[in-house]
Amino acid sequence: MENIFIVGLLAATLRVATPLIFGTLGELFSERSGVLNLGIEGIMFLGAFVGFTAAKLTGSLWLGLLMAIIAGVIAGLVMALLTVRLGVNQHVSGLGLTLLWTALSLFGFRMIFGEPSVMPSISTFPTISPFEGVPYLGTIFEQRLLTYIAFALIPLVGWIINRTRFGLNIRAVGENPEAADAAGLNVYRIRTQSQMIGGALMAVGGAFLSQAMLGAMSFGIISGRGWVCIALIIFANWKAIGVLWGSLLFGGFFALQLALQATGIKLPYELLMTLPYIVTILALTIAGRNVSVPSALLKPYQRE
Amino acid sequence: MNAIQMTGITKRFGDLVANDNVDFELKAGEIHALLGENGAGKTTLMRILYGLYHADEGDIQVNGRRVSIVSPKDAIHNRIGMVTQHFTLVSTLTVAENLTLGEKGSITINKRTIEQKISDAAEQYGIPVKPDALISSLSVGERQRVEILKALNRNAKVLILDEPTAVLVPQEVDVLFEVLERLRKSGLSVVFISHKLNEVMALCDRISVLRLGKMAGTVVKGETNKTELACMMVGHETFGVKRQGKAPRGKVILRVENLSLRDKKGLDTLRDVSFEVHTGEILGIAGVSGNGQSELTGILSGTIKPTGGQFHLEDRNLTGTEPLQITRAGIGRIAEDRHASLVGELTVAENIALEYLDEFVSHGVLDRKKIHQNAEKLIKEYDIKARPEDRLRTLSGGNMQKVILARTLSREPKFVLASQPTRGLDVGATDYVDHRLLDQRDRGAAVLLLSEDLDEIMSLSDRVAVIYEGQIVGILPIEEVTREKLGLMMCGSIGKQKT
Repeated sequence: MENIFIVGLLAATLRVATPLIFGTLGELFSERSGVLNLGIEGIMFLGAFVGFTAAKLTGSLWLGLLMAIIAGVIAGLVMALLTVRLGVNQHVSGLGLTLLWTALSLFGFRMIFGEPSVMPSISTFPTISPFEGVPYLGTIFEQRLLTYIAFALIPLVGWIINRTRFGLNIRAVGENPEAADAAGLNVYRIRTQSQMIGGALMAVGGAFLSQAMLGAMSFGIISGRGWVCIALIIFANWKAIGVLWGSLLFGGFFALQLALQATGIKLPYELLMTLPYIVTILALTIAGRNVSVPSALLKPYQRE
Repeated sequence: MNAIQMTGITKRFGDLVANDNVDFELKAGEIHALLGENGAGKTTLMRILYGLYHADEGDIQVNGRRVSIVSPKDAIHNRIGMVTQHFTLVSTLTVAENLTLGEKGSITINKRTIEQKISDAAEQYGIPVKPDALISSLSVGERQRVEILKALNRNAKVLILDEPTAVLVPQEVDVLFEVLERLRKSGLSVVFISHKLNEVMALCDRISVLRLGKMAGTVVKGETNKTELACMMVGHETFGVKRQGKAPRGKVILRVENLSLRDKKGLDTLRDVSFEVHTGEILGIAGVSGNGQSELTGILSGTIKPTGGQFHLEDRNLTGTEPLQITRAGIGRIAEDRHASLVGELTVAENIALEYLDEFVSHGVLDRKKIHQNAEKLIKEYDIKARPEDRLRTLSGGNMQKVILARTLSREPKFVLASQPTRGLDVGATDYVDHRLLDQRDRGAAVLLLSEDLDEIMSLSDRVAVIYEGQIVGILPIEEVTREKLGLMMCGSIGKQKT
């Protein structure tokens, strides 16, 4: 009994962590280049909607995911247009875009599906099980391909940021855009590219929720996961490896909360729901002391 | 053929002419000093050459070929590099990463390869740097060497250094000079912007002097001396002295003893500063800005704690006390940055009451009527062109300064600390401020006047002290003061020697 509980918990942890990893890695690209993208909540919602709808209409889950990625890239481009090209306040742009993408998605959903009595659904991405038949491991690692991709992305993103010229450019424009400009880099272009990559990753995080976990679209599908990613990036100290620990920690508590509900422990379920967020705040107060925030974060760059 | 030939360069900023028909030539393989006081137009001229500013008139030739330089990219293309006073390095990246920034080529970066490349280059030019060190861990001097290497890495044949020694400790200055000597040997041309005569005479082959935006002349080092250079820098004009008569020297009001300050970077910004100011006397402190004036006023205002020494007002030791106590003890401050001592969003009346709010309180609540009446009286007395209820930010610079004068001087302080009191003011306002300071002296207050404006210092002061690199290099009675003498002292070539 206990073993089943723990195995289920671990499996759920990996599942819950997946959209957080996509979202936080997306935010990582954005913030390392110097832009706080508070549009993440909306972009994840947009990704969930576009992914679900395109999959429903075309019958292809992968085509749906592709469309979600394209939508994310466009959303990143809009954010870049406002904050990078026009130098608009990043808080205001991000929050405004969250509202815009959420509302547009809901509007699109109504336009396409009307108000059906039975909510439309799709069959979700299938799970794969590399350890099939192995006790415990078989169940824990019975996950979707996207989950494996998410975890594989963490070292990849770390490598891109730290070991490639593109990553060096991102770090430079996020720390000291004047110096980057003086070195002949195009600050605007690099920041815009970072926004586009970031938007794509965020949208995949959203699409995972509708296409892999839920198989449907609902108003509360993201329910603050975007904001959690904003907190996780601080927890991760703007480093890819930190994203792994942060997502697992948060995912773990979220899964624990779900599991405790299922066991019927007599605790108000709303209280359990707050658990992951309380842990996040606690973790932030501890981890938040030693932060290496990109120096140029929130500062639009304008040439003299 | 000259490496660089600038002809007829004129640059205006609004009404200000920063460069007025300036000619400048740089020979290949020479270190050429660009000498002048603050605001003489040295940096402007070189920023034009590096494409950071655009000249309104004039043209530039590189190796005899006329070129158009509209951005640093063009300058780099013409093999010109510049190390500005404000470094452009990313502090969270390593030296090697900074130097490879902006290069095209491989997608990935192999740390070992780029570090090897940098240490090869560093060895070739004889510039000691650590390729794998984070910029944030380097001293200012090391960062400067990285900047120089960065320029050389882009094949610069002409290197412009803007006041490179201003931020360095003496040992690092020596390293810099060695580096520059080696670069000259390898055929590079260097423009060395400075206002320090000693350094210029020690290092440079030729010296061009700018004064008030005009080229005062170019001389070869062997054919000139410091006195001549100082004259070229400060000019020969004499001005009418406003100060009337010689006040009988009264008792000592302010006594400063061996004040020292070491900043966080370990630089000694003040060294053993001692002087006295008597009643009925204006002591002027002359010096090029950045030689410790701000630190001295900060200590005397209570905003900076000295690392050594003390100062007394009459017999009271005020060293290290808070600004409030210092104001109460009878020190009136006219601060360097008037915007920092006023609140733009508050009214004129509120600003006037600001430093002495306790006196405008009844039963714990501000007495608005009293504040208003006080303001009305002082506005009349100090001829401020504003109403008590006007927002302070709507006032002109001159009227803002009058608000500060009213606030400070109406208290009849025993000692007046006036730091750059006329900076940025028009002639009328300057005249007004100067007269008010003289009134204070006649009233019997002790006045310390810090100014970069030699004319102001010379026309108001009873005695003049010169500050250079945090030290008082000499105090002269006004009768013995000449512009040439002050000029030489301000550049550190006469007076006490460095210890």
